[in-house]
Amino acid sequence: MSNIVPTPKLTKKDFESDQDVRWCPGCGDYSILANVQRMMPDLGIAPEDVVWVSGIGCSSRFPYYMNTYGFHTIHGRAPAIAMGIKVANPKLSVWLVTGDGDGLSIGGNHLMHALRRNLDIKMLMFNNRIYGLTKGQYSPTSEVGKTTKSTPSGAPDFPVDPAAFALGCNATFVARSIDTDAKHLNEMLLRAAKHRGTAFMEIYQNCPVFNDGAFEPFTAKDQKEEQQLRVAHGQPLLFGAQRNKGLRIDPRTLALEVATLGENGVEEKDILIHDETNSTLAVMLTHMPFPQFPVAVGVLYATQRPTYDGTVHEQAEAARAKGAPDLQRLLASGNTWTV
Amino acid sequence: MAQQAQPVSDISSGEKPTLLRGAIVRFAGDSGDGMQVTGNQFTVAAALAGNDLATFPDFPAEIRAPAGTTYGVSGFQINFASENVFTPGDAPDVLVAMNPAALKTNLKDLKRSGLLIVNSGAFTTANLKKAGYNENPLETGALDGYNVLAIDISKNTQTAVKESGVSTKEANRCKNFWTLGLMFWIYGRDLDSTIKWIEMKFKKDGAVARANILALRGGYAYGDVAEIAHYRFEVPAAPVAKGTYRNIGGNQATALGILAAAQLSGVPVMFGAYPITPASDILHELSRYKNYGVTTVQAEDEIAAVCVAIGSSYAGHIGITASSGPGIALKTEAMGLAIATELPLVIINVQRGGPSTGLPTKTEQADLLQAVYGRNGEAPLCVVAAASPGDCFHMVLEAVRLTVKFMTPVVLLTDGYLANGAEPWAVPNVADLPKIEVEFRKDPEGFHPFLRNPETLARAWAIPGTPGLLHRIGGIEKDYDSGHISYDPANHERMSKTRAAKVAGIANHIPEQTIELGNDSGKLLVLGWGSTYGAIREAVQRGRDRGLDVSHAHVRYINPFPKNLGDLLKRFERVLIPEMNLGQLVKLIRSDFLIPAESFPKITGQPFKIDEIEEKIRQLMES
Repeated sequence: MSNIVPTPKLTKKDFESDQDVRWCPGCGDYSILANVQRMMPDLGIAPEDVVWVSGIGCSSRFPYYMNTYGFHTIHGRAPAIAMGIKVANPKLSVWLVTGDGDGLSIGGNHLMHALRRNLDIKMLMFNNRIYGLTKGQYSPTSEVGKTTKSTPSGAPDFPVDPAAFALGCNATFVARSIDTDAKHLNEMLLRAAKHRGTAFMEIYQNCPVFNDGAFEPFTAKDQKEEQQLRVAHGQPLLFGAQRNKGLRIDPRTLALEVATLGENGVEEKDILIHDETNSTLAVMLTHMPFPQFPVAVGVLYATQRPTYDGTVHEQAEAARAKGAPDLQRLLASGNTWTV
Repeated sequence: MAQQAQPVSDISSGEKPTLLRGAIVRFAGDSGDGMQVTGNQFTVAAALAGNDLATFPDFPAEIRAPAGTTYGVSGFQINFASENVFTPGDAPDVLVAMNPAALKTNLKDLKRSGLLIVNSGAFTTANLKKAGYNENPLETGALDGYNVLAIDISKNTQTAVKESGVSTKEANRCKNFWTLGLMFWIYGRDLDSTIKWIEMKFKKDGAVARANILALRGGYAYGDVAEIAHYRFEVPAAPVAKGTYRNIGGNQATALGILAAAQLSGVPVMFGAYPITPASDILHELSRYKNYGVTTVQAEDEIAAVCVAIGSSYAGHIGITASSGPGIALKTEAMGLAIATELPLVIINVQRGGPSTGLPTKTEQADLLQAVYGRNGEAPLCVVAAASPGDCFHMVLEAVRLTVKFMTPVVLLTDGYLANGAEPWAVPNVADLPKIEVEFRKDPEGFHPFLRNPETLARAWAIPGTPGLLHRIGGIEKDYDSGHISYDPANHERMSKTRAAKVAGIANHIPEQTIELGNDSGKLLVLGWGSTYGAIREAVQRGRDRGLDVSHAHVRYINPFPKNLGDLLKRFERVLIPEMNLGQLVKLIRSDFLIPAESFPKITGQPFKIDEIEEKIRQLMES
């Protein structure tokens, strides 16, 4: 995150590569790409100090469209490749793009370990609840009973929630946003960029070809006010067009419940205030069944913990402080004898 | 070649030790008996006495199998001599058996009339039963024909360590040092180095240190007072080249080679690994030297381990990963990525028995075809192999030199036998080691990521952080002229051929094949690779000693082969290839050079015996 670039300030154009973008018309990825390219100049990082790493899938074509360094790798393994890059050169700003299939199916193991290690990388998971590039099989985030090419009788398995998974892996930053919500997305990307450690961001992303409208129930214009809960640190967990609905704890069950201001004597002071450092609350926000509850978006959780790359380099420095390498001496160490 | 201990009937009964050219000694006991420590200390003493030597530890896959059972037996064999030694030897001249199970599993290997030292104190009814003996073999005449020294080592140890004040249990744990003391007396070894080792090892527990030293001295003194002077032998120093020597095992040499590579290239190394037998020690060793420009990462799995290495190479480090067969199998997709992106990557395969989990602690050379071919698509890479424990050091340096010069992954094959075996190693002079040249692209003029060096066909290594060279790489095919994604049919053919030509061209930058021993043409060439080096060499020497026209060549560069290999092979009437697999190098040699090379496979998980190869040579020469 060093190498602050002097004026003139870079623009979105500086981060656009010369490659034709080849996603399907109407794909949510376009909007995410545009937002990322718009956000990057605000970071004050030179393009050559930025690396985008991806696995396999529609989302993983992303690096080709960024005018930075980029590595399009193999299915699910982007976190491990990113680890090699970041540990080798911690000055680089390393960004990872993955999808729900790439990140949570074949790459679930690597995702888990990147999160718990708190490697200082930014991770964007485009979640469209479907396999796009392989043409429409169900994914680990697809709902139970989802009928697809590979599950004509309905998906038999229960989905994983990416944000809940990340919290379970002791992630230090977990946020959610939506492909079509440019303002919110931009704000979240900036927050993720500024987080030191693994910033995990789930972006609900529409696949117009294989899973069109998957998130309509809470992203459509006429739905979002009522069905989205926009969390903000220090602000009450209120939602609804009238901002008259909110979350509170049922003291008997220790579970969240939706309460309406003015009903049954509920006042604003009864509504929980969002605290992004509260991991318990963050977990609860990812365990709200829809549509009984709204979908929480925003920074669900953010905390600080030493980073993996930071610790590795501290250890190396400590070792160097103890003595310069002396290869000749090392080779001749142990029991030696001279003839 | 070490000479066998002679039958006791030929040994003089005088006080003077019998002079021997060499001896093969095997220590065998329960996993908890400290046989590896005993063997190692015996090895150090032999080395300090100037012998040439080779060792082979053989231990079970179980961490600690139930005491006294045959599957818990741990062994350590050493061959030491007053002349050059290339293998740990075939059949031991001396077997030390600490309990009935060790006797049961090892006796078949002992030479007839060899010396058998047994701890009779461990031959209890319970132990005999656990080892599957119905009767005590010490009493049945089952050991007739061997020279048996049945000593109650347990009891003698208790007596010897009494004054140290340790508990009976702790005292009993000293019996390996009592045994070692006796062996030191038998071969006239100096105790000092082992005493120093004990003092250092147990410096936090003075009583235990004292007890072990008392046991060591006790065993030695036992030799003096017991009437066994006819079992005293002398193996004089070997005529070895001048220099400073140390004992080195293959994994240790590999690790030191990696540290040296970082120093000689001036480029940091990233070592990604996941624990697996028998490769883990490379990680253990490297992780102790964080100030040498080597970062070790214990990844979450084998795939992550190689991916970390690849990511680091992309960012300008030298990425290295080490594993064994099953782990290498997992890494293959990522190896293909490194081939497609043309990044440096060294993959060290410490081979073990397969398929699947196979024989984790046993040795095999059966991953050769996997190394050369085991990936999807046309995915050529460079394959090299180390021939001895010390050679691992030099072959790692070669692997790194080639991977950065050609921007292509290099597989280094070693195996469990090399990894755990040890040999005296002439410590190289760092100033004499060749520098490893690395060039990072800085110039934006005309740059694209698949811009090639016309001579080596290596692409330019441009690393993130370099202004003006922004680019994207990946596993998808790239256009030869721009580096952009390309599905163009003709381009794919051109790129495939270029990657193949690049690897083939390495042949112009590696040493030509030499003959290790014998004439450079003639009746029979024994061609080997990897850890069979010592056994082949000694067998060929024996054949030549008998006047047979046989030579030995050993390939260290397997893909590509040295340029002159084909011509060299064709100068021999017959070519025999012994290898610890069902004939993998033979397949390569036959298909590359269209010669009827003959296979001599062994796939028992055990290294070749010299005798086996010698016998095969004899058969071929007489047929």
